[in-house]
Amino acid sequence: MSALFEYLVRLGDDSLILGHRLSEWCGHGPILEEDIAMTNIALDHVGQTTSLLKYAGEVEGKGRTEDDLAFLRFEREYRNVLLVEQANEDFGVTMMRQFLFDAYRKPLYEQLTKSSDVQLAAIAEKSLKETKYHLKHSAEWVIRLGDGTDESHERVQTALNNLWRYTDELFYTDQNDVELLANGVIFSSEELKKSWMEMVKTVLDRATLTIPNNGWQREGGRKGLHSEHLGYILAELQYMQRAYPGMEW
Amino acid sequence: MGARSGKCICGEAKNEKSILIKKDFSKMANNEWPLWEVFIRSKQGLSHKHVGSLRAPDAEMAVENARDVYTRRSEGISIWVVESNNIHASHPSEADSLFEPAHSKVYRHPTFYDVPDGISHM
Repeated sequence: MSALFEYLVRLGDDSLILGHRLSEWCGHGPILEEDIAMTNIALDHVGQTTSLLKYAGEVEGKGRTEDDLAFLRFEREYRNVLLVEQANEDFGVTMMRQFLFDAYRKPLYEQLTKSSDVQLAAIAEKSLKETKYHLKHSAEWVIRLGDGTDESHERVQTALNNLWRYTDELFYTDQNDVELLANGVIFSSEELKKSWMEMVKTVLDRATLTIPNNGWQREGGRKGLHSEHLGYILAELQYMQRAYPGMEW
Repeated sequence: MGARSGKCICGEAKNEKSILIKKDFSKMANNEWPLWEVFIRSKQGLSHKHVGSLRAPDAEMAVENARDVYTRRSEGISIWVVESNNIHASHPSEADSLFEPAHSKVYRHPTFYDVPDGISHM
């Protein structure tokens, strides 16, 4: 299996699972405006998934389409980080999860626009525009909830405390990345973490929130070892294609 | 934004700020955010046009919400929002005196000129 295929699947699965999580808010948003905003962002993620997994299928060269990859793999073949599969809980948790992810995704895409792989650079360029807006949206909410009422402050602070343990994994690198790094396809995740931390600190400061102590950090998603949530997500995500193979509508 | 930090200041200067707190509560009496009117410019050269309204906690979020609610199908290139409270409207009961007198004054329309041949868009 090529390193590029693996990398594209990692990125694609982040978008796929986060997009699915956000789509669960459809019809349940706290207000109509936010309901639409979250489903818009969900659709952006599904769109990015399509580009990334389509290209992954081409790189793999076994004739698998983006749909095959999205709907017909087993749980341990999914490579998303644990953060994106965590439950929506309340709006504050969803926005905090989104912010922690967006703050990583934006500088990542900025890096990848300079990738030596032209196709990946093009996908990054297109997705970056969307991601800039996602970050603006989630950051504004984190600030307002953190610096809002006592209750909203407490809820997002708890969300931050609970989600913090999944943030190191955003910068996970392993053997798979060595070749890609050497060829200038991807770039240093240390640089990435620096930009992320800067953004996180700025926003959390304005939100009057406190960064938790860096305790035990969880990982596993990039290797296919997921939390219990992913199974339930996939059951819903894959049901139609498993029950009615090749179904279209 | 800043309601929480605002509260802390209130504790120190109770008298001065108590009115502000009351105001805040009255604003949230029905637990809803203020209403905003949304104006969209569909393309360069056209004016902003009223497209609808929405609720948002402040102007910045109102622009974001407007982006999501009213421009998701490429309807615009620029957004204005204004809090509905700030719109002052003519009263329907005055419609007769305000608008009817204009009906009988067709000469105010620039339609009594012969437009020379070759001049288009008039």
